[in-house]
This record gives sequence, C-alpha cells and structure tokens, in this order.
Amino acid sequence: MKHNRPAYLLIAPYLLHFSVFIGFPLVFSFVLIFHRWDIISPMEWVGLKNVHRLIHDRLFWQALWNTAVFLFLHIPLQIVVALFLAVQLNQRIALRGFFRAAFFVPVIVSGVVIAILWDKLMAYDSGLINHFLASIGLPKIGWLIDHRLAMPSIALVATWKNVGLYIVLFLVGLQGVPRHLYEAADIEGASGWQKFWNITLPMINPTVYLVVILSTIGGFSLFIEPYIMTGGGPLNRTLSALLYIYKQGFFFYHMGYAATLGFAFAMLVMLVVLIQRKLIEQEVGY
Amino acid sequence: MKSFWRYAVLVLATLIFVYPFMWMISVTLRPEEEIGGFGLWPKTWTLQNYATVFTKIPILRAFGNSLLVSLSVVVSVILFCSLVGYALSRLQFRGREAISNLVIFTMVLPFQLTLIPLYLLVVKLGWADTYLALIVPFMMSSFAILLFRQFFKSIPQDLIDAARIDGCSDLGIVFRIFWPLSIPAIITVGIISFMGIWNEVLWPLMVIHKQELMVMPQLVTLFALGGASEGQLGVQLAAATLLALPILIAYLFFQRYFIESLATTGLKE
Repeated sequence: MKHNRPAYLLIAPYLLHFSVFIGFPLVFSFVLIFHRWDIISPMEWVGLKNVHRLIHDRLFWQALWNTAVFLFLHIPLQIVVALFLAVQLNQRIALRGFFRAAFFVPVIVSGVVIAILWDKLMAYDSGLINHFLASIGLPKIGWLIDHRLAMPSIALVATWKNVGLYIVLFLVGLQGVPRHLYEAADIEGASGWQKFWNITLPMINPTVYLVVILSTIGGFSLFIEPYIMTGGGPLNRTLSALLYIYKQGFFFYHMGYAATLGFAFAMLVMLVVLIQRKLIEQEVGY
Repeated sequence: MKSFWRYAVLVLATLIFVYPFMWMISVTLRPEEEIGGFGLWPKTWTLQNYATVFTKIPILRAFGNSLLVSLSVVVSVILFCSLVGYALSRLQFRGREAISNLVIFTMVLPFQLTLIPLYLLVVKLGWADTYLALIVPFMMSSFAILLFRQFFKSIPQDLIDAARIDGCSDLGIVFRIFWPLSIPAIITVGIISFMGIWNEVLWPLMVIHKQELMVMPQLVTLFALGGASEGQLGVQLAAATLLALPILIAYLFFQRYFIESLATTGLKE
C-alpha cells in the first residue's frame, strides 16, 4: 500500500459529500435528541425529555403498531402473490415478456399517482370497487374510512404497486434452480406440490429473504399512501412512522422530537432486519 | 387444460395490474357527469379536464423542474460514482478498505435517521426554496458506487496497463476505457437514480414551498389534496395522468432496461 495522489483526488468529492450530507447530520441527530428547537428561536437543552416523551407518546406506539400491522399483511401477501405469478411465468408459455412487463407497470409509476388513483377506486360512495360490490349484491366496504380496514387497504395497495418487482426477482431465482433436481424428483414420482415445497422453495430462499428485508424497509418508509389517502386517520390507524416524523417536524415544528422519532424508528428498522436475518438463517441455514 | 387455466390466471392478473390505469386515463377524457361505471370508452370525448389542470397549476414548469433536478442528479451520480468505483476497484491506496466500508455503512443506514438533521442543515445553508436543496444532497449514491466497483473489477488489467504506457491519466482511463465497456452498468445506475429522484415527494414537500419551484409529484400531490382541484375526480386524475405519462412513455420504449435495472435493487443488501 502506498499514498496515491490521483486516487485521493477521485475519492475527495465523495468524502466531502459524505461529511456534509451524512456525517454531519448523523452527529447532529444525536445533538437534536437532547434539544428542543423550532428552527426560529435558539436551541434549548432539555436533557432526556424527548426520550421520556417518546416512551410515553401514545402516537409513537400507535405508529409502531400500524407499521407492524402493515408488515404482517404486506410481507406474506407480497411473497405468496409474487411467487405464485412467478411460477406461472416460469413455464414454456407464449407472451411471457408481455405479462412480465404488464405486472411491472405499477412499479415504475409514481407512488403519488397510485395513491390518488386508489383513493378514488376505494372511495366509499363513488368508488369503483364498492360500485362493483353493489352490482353483485354485496354490501359496500369502508376501505379507507373504517379504522379496522384502512391499514389493510393501504397494505393491499402497496402490495399491488410492488409485487411486479418481486415477480421479476423470483423469476431470476427460479431460473437458477438446476433442472436435474426436478428430473430426479420426477423419477421418484414426486407430485408438483412436493417438488415446489422440497426443491423450489429451499432453492429460492435467498430471494424470499431479500423480499422480506426490502418490504420491511419499505414498511418503515411508508409515507405517500397514508399522506394522500387517509392523512393518517381514521383514529390514527394509518399513521406511519415516516408520516408521524413529518407531522412532528412540519406541522408542529418540534425538530428535536422529530429527530428523536427518526432515531428510534431507524434503530427499530435495523433491529427488525437483524432479527429477520437470524430467524431465516436458523430456519434454512443458508 | 392445465395451460388454459395458466393463461386465464395470467390474463386476470394483467387486468388487475393494468385496468386501473386504463380506467384512470379514460375518466380524464370525459366530462365529470359521465364518470361512473367500468366502461373505458367515453361517450363524449373532451380535453376539458386537462385544460383545467393547465390553467390552475404550473404543471409544465413543474415538469421542467423535475427534468432539471433528475438529470442533474443522474449526471452527477454517474460521473462521480464511477470515479469512486474506479478508485476503489483498481487503485492501490491507504484507506481503501475503510472507504469501501464507509460506503457500505452509508447504504445500510436508514434514512429516517438523518432526515430531520439534513433538513435543518439545508435550511441553515439558506437552500430552502432553491434547486440546490433538491439536487446537492443526492449527487452521490452508495448503491451506484458499489455497482460500479463491482462492474469495474471484471475489466482486464491489460487495458489499464496499455493505457498507462500511452500516458493516459486516471480520468482518461475511466472516460475512454471504462465507460465504453460499462454501458450496462451506466444504464442501470442511470435508471435507478432517475426513478428514485423523479418519484421522490417527501423531501420536496419538506424543502420547497414556492409553487414555481415545485417538482411534478409534489405539485400534483398538493393539487389533489388541496382546494384547487375542487374535488373534481376528472381533474385530479388528469393531473395524476400527466405525472404518470412521461415515465409510462419511456417505459413503453425501454421496458427491458427498466425491468432489468430495477431488478438489480436485489443486490442492495
């Protein structure tokens, strides 16, 4: 190893950018946790008050609970639907490219468009979905206004938006499963379901893991769907982690507390991802 | 028989993913009183909803803002991150491992942690309500650096040695040898960073309040939520359609690149 001036010149812009836009905010976030600040008046040292407030903040726990509800619906649904459609596509069929491209459309369209569109589709009185239910003689459903259903509805929309990406990831995984494993199973007389359960699923487990992690990070970053569709209601049941940080920061100008929330939620994402990794490693030992 | 059901399932799924968009576009092309029902073909065709959007909000200006911000970020990310990726993969220097670890650390760092302090920094720099706030914090990407680093490892050392003998500098090596050999990596980084910045809405909501500086997703969000759209379904969906259209058109032509690029998000962890 030696000093290499050109190398340092190439790296310098990155280090500068990192120091200003990641390093400094990182340090500053620790400072903010101990302060109250509305940006306009001077910062005020409040010791552990923000932490104390967080522990007793009903809305913080509500947002955490909402995120858990979202993830418990979103992750299994995402995996089952994506895997099912990927298996259907991983056959000798015509138009495979067309189907794959069609499923991918919601992935590339802005979340803003998706949220506005589904807000209209799920509307109680004028929405197309309730219109359909009524036309086949079923009662209307309060997709976004019933406090028990609002978060499941948003989880449904988020799944609809992302599933095309996971279909593609699963397809890549499925194509990596060696053919001879299936041929061997055929000789043994295994059923289609047995082959799926004993060959396909273990082989594509890294992809399952990836989907779980990406969906978890996505759940903690949920923002635009509740912001547009419900505003966090009804009864705060769709208040997401990020929406709550945003509200504390930009409705109330509690910057110290908003930073404390950000810190807490960031630690929680990392903790949840770590636990998931341990669980999945134990389960399959890959 | 088995394949009949397979196609039936796939066609049904296609309808579920695509029909809502077709319905959205068809609703924007008819008068408000004709909205309702599942039909996709308007009885009366009209562009009135779009005319209303164009008169109520500066949507073209927002499109221009979005384009300016997104292209600046994409060019910067490709330029700077390929240089860093080159240094980390092909040059020997003290601290190389440490910097590689720093990049990985940055990528796994949840953004919720730095969101508020970053906002305060941008405000204190006097960048609120400027393009700088939308562009500068996103000029680097850890993901892009790692992708370039990975891709550049596979380029033969002979090419570098030969270029050095010809007196080529490191910049020359990156621009004249590595870039032309790395078109797939450049496309992937370009599409991923473009989609990320084009669709970003939380950050603009935080740092931009002047309407003429708003990017498209932010302007459309505030229009749909606020009073300006007067709760008219056709008008709100027309604004949403205008937001979706540029990406949909690009997707129509380059779908393979979109799908393959965004699927590399899988490499993220």
